[in-house]
Amino acid sequence: MSSNRKLKFGLAINEALRQLMESDPAVFVIGQGVKSPWYVGNTCNGLIQEFGEERVIDTPISENAMSGVAAGSAMNGLKPVMNYPRLDFMFYALDAIINGAANWRYMAGGNSNVPAVFWGIINRGGEQAAQHSQAIQAIFAHAPGLKVVMPSGPYDAKGLLVSAVRDADPVVFLDDRWLYGLEEEVPEELYEVPIGKGKLLRNGSDATVVAISYLVPEALKAAEILAKEGIDIEVIDPRTIKPLDMPLILGSVKKTGRLVIAEGAWQSFGVSSEIACRVYTHVYTKVYTLKAPIEKVCLPDCPAPASRSLEAAYYPKAEQIVAAVKKTMSL
Amino acid sequence: MEKSFLENLYRKMLTIRLAEECLIDPILKGEVKTPCHLYTGQEASAVGVCAALESGDQVFSNHRGHGHYLAKGGDLNRMLAEIYTKETGCSRGRGGSMHLMARDCNFMGSAPIISQTVAMAVGAALADSIKKNGQIAATFFGDGAAGEGIIYESLNFAALKCLPVIFVCENNLYSTHLHIRECRPGIPLYKIAEPFGIAAAQVGGNDILKVYEAAKIAAKHCRAGLGPYFIESLTYRMRGHVGPDDNIQGQHTDIRPQAEVDEWRAKDPVMRFEKYLLENKIFDKDELETVKQEITEKVKKAQEYAIDSPRPVVSDLQKHVFE
Repeated sequence: MSSNRKLKFGLAINEALRQLMESDPAVFVIGQGVKSPWYVGNTCNGLIQEFGEERVIDTPISENAMSGVAAGSAMNGLKPVMNYPRLDFMFYALDAIINGAANWRYMAGGNSNVPAVFWGIINRGGEQAAQHSQAIQAIFAHAPGLKVVMPSGPYDAKGLLVSAVRDADPVVFLDDRWLYGLEEEVPEELYEVPIGKGKLLRNGSDATVVAISYLVPEALKAAEILAKEGIDIEVIDPRTIKPLDMPLILGSVKKTGRLVIAEGAWQSFGVSSEIACRVYTHVYTKVYTLKAPIEKVCLPDCPAPASRSLEAAYYPKAEQIVAAVKKTMSL
Repeated sequence: MEKSFLENLYRKMLTIRLAEECLIDPILKGEVKTPCHLYTGQEASAVGVCAALESGDQVFSNHRGHGHYLAKGGDLNRMLAEIYTKETGCSRGRGGSMHLMARDCNFMGSAPIISQTVAMAVGAALADSIKKNGQIAATFFGDGAAGEGIIYESLNFAALKCLPVIFVCENNLYSTHLHIRECRPGIPLYKIAEPFGIAAAQVGGNDILKVYEAAKIAAKHCRAGLGPYFIESLTYRMRGHVGPDDNIQGQHTDIRPQAEVDEWRAKDPVMRFEKYLLENKIFDKDELETVKQEITEKVKKAQEYAIDSPRPVVSDLQKHVFE
């Protein structure tokens, strides 16, 4: 088995789907565009040829019903991977996912479960404007009964998808098309990245940066920029939004005393706010102090603009992370 | 029909066609980035329907909305400026191609979340009904939208409350990448209105006069207080789902058989109407040529206006979120 084989993000997902379907006849893919040569990137390449239309189901534009269909099949021993090529259309699916799948086990007193994966692709930039740009992980993470994962690279994309499919409960898997060009070593065999386990990507002592999804590579770029100025940051990718790997984050914050949270979603009432709240509570109860207030690098509370002039200011990149780290250091 | 009326139909169709096609090169060069779902090939639907509406009637549109906007009387300069995402655009560069709006001519907006605006049009008709203002609403959506439950919910409510709204389904055979036969059982689309008791008609959507006649009947029906009306306009998008790519089989997006595309190109609504105007001696060749040159020039000027206009400034990023 070659150990240094590299794959791009979309193809890592493709391989995970293929291997999951090969190894478990209960797994199937359903969603708009899964047979399209372009709609879902290269994530579904070749699947329909290999597994047929019974297990690779391209659907009408019917997110609400299709999500319920996925949930209902999951109650019956199947393992659906329901794809939404554009996250914004998941608003139509919220009833089936949140009212339905997320609540089902509890409503049944533990006597039923919905092991479905709801896989939404964040697809933004390119002047697509307000309805084709949104990242709504906070909405899913808010609902009890849902797990939410957001891989930032090919390795985690494959491993988290495997874990999501094998999970006994509904998992929302969110990735970002901006990451689809990333390439890294991906094992050829099936492997799991455990849900709920974050990853320490870089050791540092001056500040902790917790970055999510597309802002992970940006945080690593920021680390390079800061290193040249003698500032040494620790970079953590939680990988799972819910449940959050708080021990990893808290251990780092205790060491550095400074925290920047970078999330490409609206700044208010979001995942970043939840992390900040948990860190503040922990710091207070453990009676140690932060050296500076927590900084958040997020989207402004504003719908996504179309114009490229506004988009450039709307989406944070490494530069904003650098500035936030410096702010925590009063530089 | 009067010559001036027919000329106006032709001018509108040609304006839409040339405005769409002027975007091809800028899209390929990246000068236009906002995703453009081009209306080329469907011009007769928008122009035919809007010609049967009064200026006070409201129109709601979808992602493929450039033609609807122009047909309802939206300003060409401001549309192209919006597509170039400039501050002078009809949505001040915030909306882009998929969010054209022109309140001044009651073009109420377009949105790419499939079927979202259909319910809004029903809401506009509800307002018309409550206000008893004699106005009606029309909503354009594609065959793909018939997959969404909101369509059926809207049909039911509109029928229940006898609301003055025309549902215009532009059946261009494709829901993004899927042929309609892969999305729906083989029942004519306009029949989805039947269970709700809504009057419905299927019309050859590439024949401007047929669309106009159908829309006139629909508008009269709505205005007479007889409730909603459903028109299925059979048409074809000559370009692919988004951008200039034609979605032809064997090429990058690999969707449509070349023969099918050719068959529909032969039914080009603009060419077809030109032929009608010439054959019926409503226009001679020179007159048509003059109109063409005039509109070509108008589109060119509008494009220059769009290119020369400034982009929104960053300090205004959060302007327009609230009052």
